[in-house]
Amino acid sequence: MRHGRYRFLAWALLPALALHAVFVLSPYAQAFYLSLTDWTGVAGNAHFVGLSNYRRLASDSLFLDAVRNNATMLVVVPLATVALGLFLASMLHVGGRDGRSAVRGAGGYQIVYFFPQLLSLVVIAVLWGFVYNPTNGLLNGALRGIGLDGLARSWLAEPSVALWAVMAVLVWSSVGFYLVLFSAAIDGIPKELYEAALLDGAGPWATFWRLTLPLVRDTVQVAFVYLGIVALDGFAVVQVMTVGPGGPDGATEVIGLSLYRTAFTYGKFGYASAMGVALFFATLTLAVLALRAGRKERLELA
Amino acid sequence: MRISRGLAHAAMLAWGVVTALPLLWAVLSSFKSDHEILTAPWSIPQHPQWTNWSRAWNEADIGRYFLNSAIVVGGALVLTMLLGALVAYALARYEFPGNRLVYHTFVAAMFFPVFLALVPLFFVVKQLHLLDTYAGLILVYAAYAVPFTVFFLHAFFRTLPSSIAEAAFLDGCGHGAVFFRIMLPMARPGLVAVGIFNFLGLWNQYLLPLVLNSDPDRYVLAQGLAALSVSQGYRSDWSGLFAGLTIAMIPVLVAYVAFQRHIRAGMTTGAVR
Repeated sequence: MRHGRYRFLAWALLPALALHAVFVLSPYAQAFYLSLTDWTGVAGNAHFVGLSNYRRLASDSLFLDAVRNNATMLVVVPLATVALGLFLASMLHVGGRDGRSAVRGAGGYQIVYFFPQLLSLVVIAVLWGFVYNPTNGLLNGALRGIGLDGLARSWLAEPSVALWAVMAVLVWSSVGFYLVLFSAAIDGIPKELYEAALLDGAGPWATFWRLTLPLVRDTVQVAFVYLGIVALDGFAVVQVMTVGPGGPDGATEVIGLSLYRTAFTYGKFGYASAMGVALFFATLTLAVLALRAGRKERLELA
Repeated sequence: MRISRGLAHAAMLAWGVVTALPLLWAVLSSFKSDHEILTAPWSIPQHPQWTNWSRAWNEADIGRYFLNSAIVVGGALVLTMLLGALVAYALARYEFPGNRLVYHTFVAAMFFPVFLALVPLFFVVKQLHLLDTYAGLILVYAAYAVPFTVFFLHAFFRTLPSSIAEAAFLDGCGHGAVFFRIMLPMARPGLVAVGIFNFLGLWNQYLLPLVLNSDPDRYVLAQGLAALSVSQGYRSDWSGLFAGLTIAMIPVLVAYVAFQRHIRAGMTTGAVR
């Protein structure tokens, strides 16, 4: 039985480890060093410049726009998505005799809700670019159709609404997935608890806040982490959908887009790497905060 | 109770419409003429324009992008599942010095944003002369999909009983044979779940091909559509672009309707693990 054990292990692990080292570990490690250089892509021509790339970042107004926009997205997108997802998931369960069995057609609704999750963000961005089109788009067409001509606008060209238009697309594309996730979590709560709550005279509002929400807290927390990562990205939607891209006037600039442009349009690879490191620390902070919040005592279902 | 049930239905229906409407609208618009698209966004197509679809498939190269995506994602998926399952199995079922270190080396990579690796990755791929090649994309896709696959399957292999494998060893089976003939078939549900998850993630990948694959002949579907939305915008061939968009959506939606229970279960369990 011991025969060939290490040969098998080598054979199982080494190819994957080689791939991992070359394409994942080494680029991550190099990025930290490159961020301290002024490299512009010419082999052997990188000068160590210390922290000066980071000092430049702190006064780069377009990059600061990107940070501000990502920060706004980080607050708005997860909150809106989780709120809508939780609301709809509990609506799916409201209305039965015991107060929580699913409404008729719940399965069909879940099929439809989940669609956007399967589509590439590029497809979604192209599609919503049309929806937002000022002259022949779906949104303005609807507003004019019901007589609200005054609300019709150039959604992606006005600095004050462009970022909100982008965030709406991100929320639209994520709600379905989290709805299904939350719905499965609510399904896992024992029925007796809801019957007890009903006997105690708890209304739907109290039942949600005192019973459902505490018992799906872990799932909600996972959702916040994943959505936070989505909100720190936003690259595909912004790059494909918004004018510029990243405009008008930096209104929809995101860190990923700044990094991509700095590196592959302007060839400032050292400076772009510094943006990558900044994004890494933002992600790390998010993960640590989420883990901290998760350390509070957990409710156990006996 | 009746009121709240009515309210629940209204809310569900409203979100259903918000979700489905843009998608249906794109499909309908793909049958319209450019004139109809420009003048009446909410109308039903008067005379279905099937030529929009053939124009998108042939002239706008959607067909080629589709094939490129299929080659790259197919290759990467096979490689990811093979390597990921081998690593997960070896780490979950064998004790050896460095086991935890290898595991954490893989899993830690899940917490780094791909943007951080982007610049050096471009030069690594360039030095290997793999820019603008299928092989380069396949290797990079697999490299970035393996960590999650290992993470997911590691937990799965741990839960499998060891008695059957032990019996096979006594019968003289080698380590490789036990893995391929016994453990892999037993892990099928986990493989299907993570396979679906990986397929969708890779099929929808945009950032990596954008950076590593700038040859228009090798564009994957997402790249092709993004490029198309710019160029068709100039030529104002809106109907062709809607057709391209619909062609890109349809296979995913058809596969979803066919396997929807598996897909939803696979993706949601993948997320909470």
